[in-house]
Amino acid sequence: MARLLLAAAALFLVLFLASPESFAGLFRPFVTNNAPAIYTQTGLLSLTLSHLGLVGVAVLASTVVAVGLGILVTRPAGREFLPLARTVTSIGQTFPPVAVLALAVPILGFGAWPTLVALFLYGLLPIFENTLTGLTNLPPEVSEAARGMGLTRRQRLVQVELPLAMPLILAGIRLSAVISLATATIGSTVAAKTLGEVIIAGLLSSNTAYVVQGGLVVGLLAILIYEAFQALETRTARRIGLARR
Amino acid sequence: MIEIQNLTKIYGDTTVVDQVSMTVETGQIAALVGTSGSGKTTLLRMINRLVEPSSGKVLIDGEDTSRIPAHALRRRIGYAIQGHGLFPHRSVAQNIATVPALLKWSEADIRARVDELLELFQMSPAQFRDRMPYELSGGQQQRVGVARALAARPELLLMDEPFGALDPVIRAKAQQDLRDIQRRLGTTLVIVTHDMEEAVALGDRIAVMDKGELLQYGPPSEVLTQPAAPFVRELIGEGERPFRLLSLTRVGDIAKTGEAGGETIPAGASLRDALAECLWSGRSALPVEGGGVVTLDQLESRAAQASVA
Repeated sequence: MARLLLAAAALFLVLFLASPESFAGLFRPFVTNNAPAIYTQTGLLSLTLSHLGLVGVAVLASTVVAVGLGILVTRPAGREFLPLARTVTSIGQTFPPVAVLALAVPILGFGAWPTLVALFLYGLLPIFENTLTGLTNLPPEVSEAARGMGLTRRQRLVQVELPLAMPLILAGIRLSAVISLATATIGSTVAAKTLGEVIIAGLLSSNTAYVVQGGLVVGLLAILIYEAFQALETRTARRIGLARR
Repeated sequence: MIEIQNLTKIYGDTTVVDQVSMTVETGQIAALVGTSGSGKTTLLRMINRLVEPSSGKVLIDGEDTSRIPAHALRRRIGYAIQGHGLFPHRSVAQNIATVPALLKWSEADIRARVDELLELFQMSPAQFRDRMPYELSGGQQQRVGVARALAARPELLLMDEPFGALDPVIRAKAQQDLRDIQRRLGTTLVIVTHDMEEAVALGDRIAVMDKGELLQYGPPSEVLTQPAAPFVRELIGEGERPFRLLSLTRVGDIAKTGEAGGETIPAGASLRDALAECLWSGRSALPVEGGGVVTLDQLESRAAQASVA
């Protein structure tokens, strides 16, 4: 049943993005004063792709940095950086993205960059914390065996610790991706090409249909990406005998 | 041959292992026995340098282990622990292949070795090589753990309570199998246990440890009949001494000529089994498989040695 709903959501999304005009009837009820029901200034498909691209790049950067930090602070040499890394990632999460945008624009100018920075900072914390938990909560007898077999530090990290921490790291990436997907909309206030453009246009022209279609596409994307990650996590977890649900 | 010389480990103010010296001959089993906190595990872990000694030396065939890089040393020494520590994300074959892969054996060699070991442990390669650890029973996981430790044909195998997580029936079988395999391969084995029964069953030498000190190191019969300290006596258990002593000797070794009725007893059974059979069936003598008898009198006089000391 859940699978069926997801498939339906995916199908709807694809059809809607391929030909938004065919769904005009659906959004007509939200329109007053004969305003257009579908946003056409920029193609919805191209906005969606650019939105996804922004989120993808930002999450990828967050992942590289957060996993890297997680690895660093769990090594003996980097242990002293743990409090610092915690502080940095926490600030990244608590500092409102809107404020980041406001501060970044004078330096980076309008466009995609300020949004990328905001999303990158915002996405660090969940990935970092999950990496940390994954790398520090390994079964003690497995770490002991790995050491006793003569794996070097690097071999233990690559062959044992990271694979076992993978389900948790993926869960962190999933949280970051979903949060970023929603947060990216505000990027359009500083001229980044995202689905936020549709929502903002709707707000400025009091066209509820725009707001609804922008929100709908973002929401569906978030659900689909969330589910895709969860399926991937379950698969990795099952492979290492930690089958959840 | 492993020579342990004045090995000491100090954490802060606590001396965990205190000036222990002992030698394990090639092909022998040394059982380190003691209560928890006696330092036996620390002593074992200093042999493959999972714990670095505070002072003292370990020589393997005359070679000072502190001069070999720790990871290279560990690849030469098999290591099996309680709860097996199998890598949950790797198949049985991949787990067993861990050290050969680190040593960069060819794929064909690794594959052949994995199959050979699985067969040695009575697990059909076709059926088990691609299974994941969580798909195995406790006894099978333990066997794969030992197979993994033996994979690169180490001259020395270290085991820390390897049977601790097994139920008594499987444990007895696992001990027997280990003993057979060790004899067949000629591997030197140092095993840590808190169970005197296991130490007597497996050890060619028993090392009794308490509070970081080596109290006694000798053959099981000596430890049983001449305990060097009150603690050793306590660990053996007064009431268990005669039975432990009987369990050391095989029926075949004391069988004498004669006739007796009833079911035969295998020559490889221990005197303890023979005594149990005598008492249970109410016979005063048992025929031994392959000829001869063993009598209750013989068993009694053997067991009485325990009280001589």
